[in-house]
Amino acid sequence: MTEQQSGQITGAQSLVTSLEAAGVTDIFGIPGGAILPAYDPLMDSQRIRHILVRHEQGAGHAAQGYAAASGRVGVCMATSGPGATNLVTPLADAHMDSVPMVAVTGQVGASMIGTDAFQEADIRGITMPITKHNFLVTDPAEIPRTIAEAFHIAQTGRPGPVLVDVAKSALQSMTTFQWPTELSLPGYRPVTKPHAKQIKEAARLIAQASRPVLYVGGGVIRAGASRELFELATLTGIPVVTTLMARGAFPDSHPQHLGMPGMHGTVAAVAGLQKADLIISLGARFDDRVTGNLDSFAPNALVIHADIDPAEIGKNRHADVPIVGDAREVIADLVAYLRAGDIQGDYEAWVDFVVGVKKKYPVAYEVPSDGSLAPQLVLERLSKIAGPDAIYTSGVGQHQMWAAHFIDFEKPMTWLNSGGLGTMGYSVPAAMGAKVGRPDATVWSIDGDGCFQMTNQELATCAINNIPIKVAVINNESLGMVRQWQTLFYNERYSNTDLHSKRIPDFVKLADAYGCVGLACDSPDDVDATIEKAMSIDDQPVVVDFRVHRDAMVWPMVAAGTSNDDIKYARDLAPKFDKDDL
Amino acid sequence: MSRHTLSVLVENKPGVLARIAGLFSRRGFNIDSLAVGPTEHAEVSRMTIVVNVESSPLEQVTKQLNKLVEVIKVVELDGSASVNRELLLVKVRADASTRGAVLDAVQLFKAKVIDVAPDALTVQAVGNAGKLADLMRILEPYGIRELVQSGQVAIGRGSRSISERSLRPVPVPAPPMAQ
Repeated sequence: MTEQQSGQITGAQSLVTSLEAAGVTDIFGIPGGAILPAYDPLMDSQRIRHILVRHEQGAGHAAQGYAAASGRVGVCMATSGPGATNLVTPLADAHMDSVPMVAVTGQVGASMIGTDAFQEADIRGITMPITKHNFLVTDPAEIPRTIAEAFHIAQTGRPGPVLVDVAKSALQSMTTFQWPTELSLPGYRPVTKPHAKQIKEAARLIAQASRPVLYVGGGVIRAGASRELFELATLTGIPVVTTLMARGAFPDSHPQHLGMPGMHGTVAAVAGLQKADLIISLGARFDDRVTGNLDSFAPNALVIHADIDPAEIGKNRHADVPIVGDAREVIADLVAYLRAGDIQGDYEAWVDFVVGVKKKYPVAYEVPSDGSLAPQLVLERLSKIAGPDAIYTSGVGQHQMWAAHFIDFEKPMTWLNSGGLGTMGYSVPAAMGAKVGRPDATVWSIDGDGCFQMTNQELATCAINNIPIKVAVINNESLGMVRQWQTLFYNERYSNTDLHSKRIPDFVKLADAYGCVGLACDSPDDVDATIEKAMSIDDQPVVVDFRVHRDAMVWPMVAAGTSNDDIKYARDLAPKFDKDDL
Repeated sequence: MSRHTLSVLVENKPGVLARIAGLFSRRGFNIDSLAVGPTEHAEVSRMTIVVNVESSPLEQVTKQLNKLVEVIKVVELDGSASVNRELLLVKVRADASTRGAVLDAVQLFKAKVIDVAPDALTVQAVGNAGKLADLMRILEPYGIRELVQSGQVAIGRGSRSISERSLRPVPVPAPPMAQ
């Protein structure tokens, strides 16, 4: 029998066909020895565009950005050993921030596994704690089922990264392709539909509360529940806070929105949670960066905690009403129940108070007296000029916090950042992925000069593959957030935070070398013109070196480990609340 | 701190033990003992894990275990509604002068001698942790040359099975093949 008659194909072909069957259209990756067989049929795929990146970490963050911007599963591919270990950071990042992605890695041949073969690393063992699930495939017949299961697990329940490690021998052996008609995952049964009794109980607490707050987390964005949230908020009149992961889940322009809570949250959002008598947590996880010292967090609040992951409920803070379910279904059911029963609380005095705090302590910054450029101004103007339809990605540090505050988010899936893991270097590759996932959107990567130097090699990928992202480097020539802590807590001893990035490298020349347009701006007067210039270029990536004042700090701030009651609006400036306000 | 016995049904697949062991160490949960073995279903293994925690982390342990895709079911076995057993093999110094006394102790505890040497006896005992500790207290004065003990296994009392209902397959439709 010839191969064609018997339907025999290689495992590699089966892998590519399986990825096509799973609906994959874009893969970010780099070939190497063990994954090489898969790259041969991949070349002939009519459905899949493979984007050759410059470093596997870039592939992983690109898959994350692709997923977070488009809502589809992001896919990256790498070879065994160092190729696979370079994916560790993006996988851990996606695990923390619940990003649906599938990583396919090559593994050494099955008979070589365990022999310390060339480019062998136990990537399944390594990634066990940082993936939602992972697989090692040595039998080519298992490839279609495994890929189907991987995509199912990645995008259902609490989304997350799944790694599929495929032995080279499985890619090279002959097999048949059969897409499964059903999956058997006896231990995997995510609950999406909330229990009616819990919804009723939540509604009862909402009716009784006098100082409620909607504490909105990234789960609302992943669940696509922004419209439902808007209904709940406007129906009840309850003030809203959106965490770093949830920026854009509720419009910043809405008067009920108090901003972002947490270590660098707005005074209104932090005070709102601290003084609440009811916290309605939707797809949030009481992260330490939100709660500060847990014992003194929102001491008088009852908690309704809705999450698709039961393990998040009661993990950090006791939940008075636990609700397991998909955020969209939970909120929709809650709205329906409140509407049907005409349940309405009286929060007028409370809303007056928090809105008053918001007016009294808006997000603001000090304009440098020497005429140099304030980083916050750059983000403020970028927000105005690029607008709420643009997608913004960011790295980690001061620029991330300024972006979270000074960009006005109106829509979900327009703010992509590394929240849980705090990965410097996320921004540029994530922007690349976002642009591939949403080619019609303007994508701005906001990055620090430190972060930018960790992953800017992907500018080459962007330039060559016609992925015209725009990068705003907020260049304060230091590891700014660390420097801020050194200013505040280490007597201004700046140990190893000076990057000299206004001197080396020359970011404009670097951009040019990578086939991008490089622009620079160091004066407040040139900010608008520079951003507009960048906006006018859409056939090439653009990098703007915003050379900003280096001593600017992120405020407000709750010092690590202290109580949210001790929030400082600016250095040595604690907000004052009148006792009679409540 | 208190001890809890968890029965964990898992898919019989490579790497499951590593996942569970990794979960415990990563999240700082203490394992007192762990025993793994087959069940009446070939595709399912059963782990008996004795954890040492306060009650609220126990809920976290259970929830985190349940999150593992290959974990099918987690049941806490209540001490009064279940029986638990451990196996102990111990080599006790016993020559002609002390052999009789050691054999008396073995008999009292319904243990068994499984190997005899001129200067030692190897004793096998089965029981709960308390009974085995009592036996050891009696044998220790004669001199313990070597000791090996299994993890605890446990099963609920009565006719109900923890595995029958949970093993009914719950098929999930595969993602449709893209056209």
